[in-house]
Amino acid sequence: MEISAVKLAVCVKRVPDMDVRFRIGADNVSVDEAGLKFDLNDFDAWAVEAALQLKDKNAGSEVTVISLGPDIVQETIRKGLSMGADRGVHLKADKVPFDGFAVASALAAELKSGGYDLILFGKMSPDSSNGVVGQMVAEMLQLPCVSAISSLEIASGKGTAKRELEGAQEIVEFPLPAVLTVDEGLNTARLPSLKGIMAAKKKPLESKPAQLPQPQLTVTRLELPPERQAGRIIGEGAAAVPELVKLLQTEAKVL
Amino acid sequence: MANDFYNLDSVLSEEERAVRDTIRSFVDEKVLPVIGDCYIEGRFPKELIPEMAELGMFGANLPEEYGCAGLNNVAYGLIMHELERGDSGVRSFASVQGALVMYPIYAFGSEEQKRHYLPKMAHGELIGCFGLTEPDYGSNPSGMITRAREQKDGSWVINGAKMWITNGSTADVAIVWAKTGDDKSDKSIRGFIVPTDSAGFTAKDQKGKLSLRASDTSELVLQDVKVGADCLLPKSGGIKSPLMCLTQARYGIAWGAMGAAQACYEEALTYAGNRVMFGKPIAGFQLQQQRLADMLTELVKGQLLALHLGRLKDAGTFSPQQVSLAKRNNVSVATDIAREARRLLGANGILAEYSSMRHMANLESVYTYEGTHDVHTLILGQAVTGLSAFE
Repeated sequence: MEISAVKLAVCVKRVPDMDVRFRIGADNVSVDEAGLKFDLNDFDAWAVEAALQLKDKNAGSEVTVISLGPDIVQETIRKGLSMGADRGVHLKADKVPFDGFAVASALAAELKSGGYDLILFGKMSPDSSNGVVGQMVAEMLQLPCVSAISSLEIASGKGTAKRELEGAQEIVEFPLPAVLTVDEGLNTARLPSLKGIMAAKKKPLESKPAQLPQPQLTVTRLELPPERQAGRIIGEGAAAVPELVKLLQTEAKVL
Repeated sequence: MANDFYNLDSVLSEEERAVRDTIRSFVDEKVLPVIGDCYIEGRFPKELIPEMAELGMFGANLPEEYGCAGLNNVAYGLIMHELERGDSGVRSFASVQGALVMYPIYAFGSEEQKRHYLPKMAHGELIGCFGLTEPDYGSNPSGMITRAREQKDGSWVINGAKMWITNGSTADVAIVWAKTGDDKSDKSIRGFIVPTDSAGFTAKDQKGKLSLRASDTSELVLQDVKVGADCLLPKSGGIKSPLMCLTQARYGIAWGAMGAAQACYEEALTYAGNRVMFGKPIAGFQLQQQRLADMLTELVKGQLLALHLGRLKDAGTFSPQQVSLAKRNNVSVATDIAREARRLLGANGILAEYSSMRHMANLESVYTYEGTHDVHTLILGQAVTGLSAFE
């Protein structure tokens, strides 16, 4: 396999820890962030890891981590730097729009002149669960896109990726440059080493205003699902069956 | 983090939080799945050493020029806190390697010794142990009888025995403290870097431990062990030298103990929410809520104490007596928290499947080592009254 330097970009998002009971914010269109802990999206961490593994194999390669949002997302960019990425770009915006098209536009504007051989995204983020930004960026940059990859090989300006389908695997070949979105199972993201954390502070991190268009999609209402009704215990064992059948017919009306 | 009741995260820097998060992930992913079995089998999980080294855990607060991470002392404390959330034996390994082996070489060694040993120790290629305590000299290390006699050619011959030495049987080198003079005073105590494959050196694991089982605790015997002049730590001298090392380790322990306590508190809280008795979770009963409230209170106090001590250490203004106060308090309250968690867990609390009783047993060793609770009591007493009550 030819070893040649590759220029890689990874777009990352700062997301809340999902293992939490969320509360709706006072504006009724967003989540109350008080007390939430945030971190790099797991899918994006796998994308960063994929880029770093390519960098490890191809001497002279460079990995750029890009994120859009308020100043706090610089922490998320720095996490990528502490894992081993070389530079960071912060596209400054007051908040991250829900509209993936707006996010993709701003990212594409930044990526256009970067000369990247590969642009990687996580398949989705668990908070908005849209899973569209990577593909939209590819379209805007007129680049081929392979989504939800579970394996990746790059050689001589070409790539091969695997996608897990229901009961089958799809093997896709693509030329570079290309856009990839990463699924679970591609790799295990490395932990930032303590030296890496210290080194991250010294790596270049450029901050500039995001070129965001007006979002065309807005959230009009965010609400919690209805309270789950308590179950009713009909009886025990085989003796309960007649009553259960009756209720399924008359109350639940499913028989 | 499940518990950050007093929002300590808000007074940690981004870097400190990142360090804490890395070690926490390491412990969750690599230590917790194996440590219960290791404890029962009575072995230290040596297979974790390379990854611990790669992450930079050894001598993490020593300078980058010697291959170390160059972290501040609060970050170092957070590492110890997270490791001990896993197990006191794992944290002990890191404490010994960093504070009791790499630190004395850094503080008392020659430039050649530093350049030769520190990077290899940071990478986990060389493991060390700290030989101060003897079978008959624990709380009174000044009374040690291990002797090092200088030879005509400048080499040294060391005779003696050390006991309760963490990492002893795994170590490639032992930092041995010995008296070099003929009198009984502690002024002639010097430190030596002794390769453990030296003729006359043996290390044997002590058997039958009911505490700190996931850790190697060994006896060292030195019978006419000859080491070159270049093995002496040139800047060491007097009992003060090993005590300075202990101060470093004790600082980490003040943090570590709260890590163990946090593990027990979180386990108890989760269990109380799930365990149903008399028709509701036991978390809804007053006596268990009191247990949890008491545990939480001491946990927060101890963590704040360790954090402030860390800031003083980083400012260069801390004193060994301040470290004694933190070690004494935090280990003592941690043993209480572990015991109360074990009790809240009921019958399940005696199983190795739960961590509280393992922490409870481990913390008895932590209570006793690095200066027993009682010794620290007298250190504080002397510090505030000016009167020594040691003898």
